Amino acid sequence: MSKPEKLLDKKGLRLDGRKLDELRPIKMEVGVLSNADGSAYLEQGKNKVLAAVYGPKEVHPKHLALADRAILRCRYHMAPFSVEERKSPAPSRREIELSKVIREALEPAVFLEYYPRTAIDVFIEILQADGGTRCAGITTAALALADAGVPMRDLVVACAAGKIEGKLVLDLMDLEDKYGEADVPLAMMPGINAVTLLQMDGSLTLEEFQNAVKMAMEGCKQIYEEQKKALRARYIAIKEAINE
Amino acid sequence: MISSIVSKVKQKQIAQLVANRKRIDGRGLTDYREIKVEAGIIERAEGSARVLLGKTQVLVGVKIDIGEPFSDIPDQGVLTVNAELVPLASPTFEPGPPDENSIELARVVDRGIRESKAIGLEDLCITPGKKVFVVFIDVYVLNHDGNLIDASALAALAALLNTKIYNYELKDDEIIRKPGYKPLPIRNYPIAITFGKINNQLIVDPWLEEEQVMDARLTMTIDKEGNICSIQKGGSGYFTTQQILEAAKIAKERATELRKLVVET
Amino acid sequence: MKSLPTFFESKELVTPGDLLAEGDYIAGENTYQEDKKIFAERIGLVEYDNRKVRVVALRAFYIPRVGDVVIGMITEVGFNGWEVDINAPYTAILRASDVLERGFRPQKNDLLSILDIGDLVIAKVTAYDRGSNPVIKISEPGLGKISRGQLIKVTPTKIPRIIGRKGSMISMIKRETNCRITLGQNGLIIISGKTREDEQLAIMALRKVEDESHTSGLTDRIAEMIRKEKEGRRKNVQT
Repeated sequence: MSKPEKLLDKKGLRLDGRKLDELRPIKMEVGVLSNADGSAYLEQGKNKVLAAVYGPKEVHPKHLALADRAILRCRYHMAPFSVEERKSPAPSRREIELSKVIREALEPAVFLEYYPRTAIDVFIEILQADGGTRCAGITTAALALADAGVPMRDLVVACAAGKIEGKLVLDLMDLEDKYGEADVPLAMMPGINAVTLLQMDGSLTLEEFQNAVKMAMEGCKQIYEEQKKALRARYIAIKEAINE
Repeated sequence: MISSIVSKVKQKQIAQLVANRKRIDGRGLTDYREIKVEAGIIERAEGSARVLLGKTQVLVGVKIDIGEPFSDIPDQGVLTVNAELVPLASPTFEPGPPDENSIELARVVDRGIRESKAIGLEDLCITPGKKVFVVFIDVYVLNHDGNLIDASALAALAALLNTKIYNYELKDDEIIRKPGYKPLPIRNYPIAITFGKINNQLIVDPWLEEEQVMDARLTMTIDKEGNICSIQKGGSGYFTTQQILEAAKIAKERATELRKLVVET
Repeated sequence: MKSLPTFFESKELVTPGDLLAEGDYIAGENTYQEDKKIFAERIGLVEYDNRKVRVVALRAFYIPRVGDVVIGMITEVGFNGWEVDINAPYTAILRASDVLERGFRPQKNDLLSILDIGDLVIAKVTAYDRGSNPVIKISEPGLGKISRGQLIKVTPTKIPRIIGRKGSMISMIKRETNCRITLGQNGLIIISGKTREDEQLAIMALRKVEDESHTSGLTDRIAEMIRKEKEGRRKNVQT
């Protein structure tokens, strides 16, 4: 795709009509796969993400197991048809790095010490990508972990903020990330105010960075409410159906 | 159960039911599970479709690129099918390069499309010997509950029928995009019908536990004329000649029904 | 007495990270304590019992407890015993010495003839700690190999609801469907009836309890559903 003329229009609205601090429309569903122990599906703008959790279960080969806690393994992977130009299914260096930082974003939330000598496997598949997929992946994976009954300190939620054409914006899509000036993905456990993922591409002054972090955290808090709603949805629907 | 072994008690039940021409979920021996086909769900892809066959879920994305033709067939486009058994779909799928199962799945789906000439590869030629369209069909298994072949083949066909190529103009060897799209010309509609054999009985559309118990598998792909355009026998058991001929007859009938889910008659 | 803050109503639905109480409280099952705050670890229904706060989990997996009756499937046959899948993060061990007479020297062939891969058993957990795999036994009346029936899996935390107060729910289902139902604390259930239809009806009832375990008036609704199904069947037979 070629570079668009402008990322912000005369009214200061973005290419998809959003305001600077507006999230893309978001939709979540829990328990979508029958084989996985826990699963979730998320749409955020054009992003389509599927996450599944298997475990805790015994680790094979045994030498990978830890005597005093579980290991968390994470695989972030993009489908070949998820991006504009078809991507080879083999894991790229980017996917390997993202698998690591996503794992490190989720680990602080999970009570790994409850299940020594086991592994908890998290799989994230990006079915369609439009910027911010590592954040969407983390949000979806946290839902899948809760659906699997894995005990957690808090849900992990993620959102990015950045700068385009001099203005700070929330939840960048692909074009904004590609042609903007900075992108700051952030993941946190809102209940205990702990940031578990923080990265940056681009260039920001200290003040801009502080504001970007604040903006990303605001976005996280909104998405966090949606996560809780999605976890409750199935049970509330059943209760309502009975009361009718 | 975390394990993928089928318990002895269940194995006996499946076998007993099949002997009485019944199956665990109440289906007849030649009935399919409930099938749902959704086309166009990945807008980024040139074509896409998702098939739900019982609890089996397969997503197929079609991407179109421009590349060089093979030197021995310079006026034909290129078709390539790849299948991923991603680990989230089953506790038995490991991350890593495609194993023999995923390669077999891709090649069986490929054979059905290629041998039935569903895509006219000459239609994909831009400049003979230099530039052709390359069609990538990526089969993504999302949940494995048995019979990945039929679900994948059906999703691939639905995705192809959903596929659009952009309009273009050739100016001095340069490809210039023009506004608008045209649908990928599809000339045939191959449908795969898979059988399993349990206790010497043929069953259609084996579900996961039936697959773990059956001793052989037979897939027949039928084109729109009712001709068989590809066959694949799998598993370490065998079929008798009679069973093969019976399967062909059943496959022809079932294919007509399944085709209606994807193509309007 | 000064009332300290709790943030939810009893039996309200909570999710991981929800702040349940602050102050002088004790963290019970599926909750944890940080400073003076009690948080939920899993999705479930919160219960306040005096000073204790706990969550009855709606999504959880089974962790073995000594004394639990569990249903399992043999996955490996070794020289000294069997490995059994009991739907827990850890494989259970069934020792040959539990099954065979003392002084008998087990050889692999003999073990296979007693219990083979794929066999189902009802067993009891005799030992389990963090450092080793759970140990089970089948050498007690009521335990042993299962030879028939249908096996279903439910979330283990729902087993108490399936049992019901003083066993009222499970007795009702057994009576109305005419089925033998064995409940494993690990969430596995064996249903054995005279006909497949009876077994299917019992399974339907059990699944409904699992889905609606967070609601009230469940026993009556299940009884009503079973009654309707049986009536529907009678009508079908008559026509």
